[in-house]
Amino acid sequence: MHLSIDGELCIGAGQCALTSPDVFTQDDDGFGKVVPGQEGGGGSPLVREAARACPVQAISVEG
Amino acid sequence: MTEAVAFPQNRTCPYHPPTAYEPLREDRPLSRVTLWDGRSVWLVSGHSAGRTLLSDPRLSTDSTHPDFPLTTQRASAVRRRRRAALLGWDDPEHNVQRRMLIPSFTLKRAELLRPRIQETVDRLLDAMEAAGPPAELVSAFALPVPSIVICDLLGVPYEDHDFFEEQSARLLRGPTGEDTEDALAQLEGYLGDLIERKRRKPGEGVLDDLVARQLKDGGPDREELVQLATILLIAGHETTANMISLGTYTLLRHPERLAELQADPGLVPAAVEELLRFLSIADGLLRVAREDVEIDGTIIRAGEGVVFSTSVINRDAAAYADPDTLDWSRSARHHLAFGFGIHQCLGQNLARAEMEIALGTLLRRLPGLRLAVPTEEISFKPGDTIQGMLELPVTW
Repeated sequence: MHLSIDGELCIGAGQCALTSPDVFTQDDDGFGKVVPGQEGGGGSPLVREAARACPVQAISVEG
Repeated sequence: MTEAVAFPQNRTCPYHPPTAYEPLREDRPLSRVTLWDGRSVWLVSGHSAGRTLLSDPRLSTDSTHPDFPLTTQRASAVRRRRRAALLGWDDPEHNVQRRMLIPSFTLKRAELLRPRIQETVDRLLDAMEAAGPPAELVSAFALPVPSIVICDLLGVPYEDHDFFEEQSARLLRGPTGEDTEDALAQLEGYLGDLIERKRRKPGEGVLDDLVARQLKDGGPDREELVQLATILLIAGHETTANMISLGTYTLLRHPERLAELQADPGLVPAAVEELLRFLSIADGLLRVAREDVEIDGTIIRAGEGVVFSTSVINRDAAAYADPDTLDWSRSARHHLAFGFGIHQCLGQNLARAEMEIALGTLLRRLPGLRLAVPTEEISFKPGDTIQGMLELPVTW
């Protein structure tokens, strides 16, 4: 699995970090970021839920 | 397709969608409804279609578009000519406004505000306990909690709360369009003066940050700044106050669910999410199609109005089993109570923190909380505005 966030689309709603806080966070400007080292999803079942919770579908889950 | 239902209508019970919306629930994902001015528009009632359409940039929030569906005469009086900041703009303009505000409304920022919210909640409950029982929960607790919190965050003096709460109430539920226009003018006048004062003597709120930004690189301009301040102040207190008052009423009418929360306070965050879904207090998100949009075999034509009934969408059985039942164990995640797409509520992380602390602390400190008068004597807000209790007499 590989996770990425499209920073152009992100509106900083924080739903990824709320749903799956081990894998996603918000930077100082409020934009969603994958926690360093967690680009593979860390085996969390909540990663796909987090992607679905994104209001602008900025999260790509590949694999 | 059944005969068009009028929209909006008053709820029969404050925590259920109006019984008159029953045909809309049977006719998902789209029906037709008739607005106050006789316009016939699309009503989105399906959860999946709601997510798709709220994400579609071909549906615009420009309230000055001649075909934009405004659901009350009062909204029409102010929004047909001038759009609200954030909410009334599509991208790219919306994106510029939103990005100025994102850092102030992150999850982290909401977490940092929790101790201050807790302190506010405790202080208000101390005062309520000292003066009662009984108490009127809207004025003693549900309204002051978010009012104090948003004043703190924005940098608005809370001593002015009687003024801005009254103007917000007139704006959202005033008797006439003229009244709404006057309330908006008064709020904008007040916030314009406040911003002038901040320019001379900067403070530390979000409005001060916006003023500093204006002085530094020219944007946002004065009018835009006043309009942003207006929307942040109104949205920052009215909606959360309604969730606290109507949430408390709903819990008192569901004693088994209330007992579960008192037995296990760890359930409170899940309960807040389920209450957001169940109550759907902002029931009527509005768009106009700029181009033809096809959804589930139906074509929404360019120029047609589209209304999203969140109360109907959030009770779609295809998304939530047994949707009319309050259930803390379900995953209420993915409800559309905060909207979806680029306009999803900016303050949702702050709102969740406020609701969790306010409801959790209220139930812990007043375990014997109950209604002080028969339910039929308690008045709630009409269907054409944000849903909530007008008053909530309680005892303990």
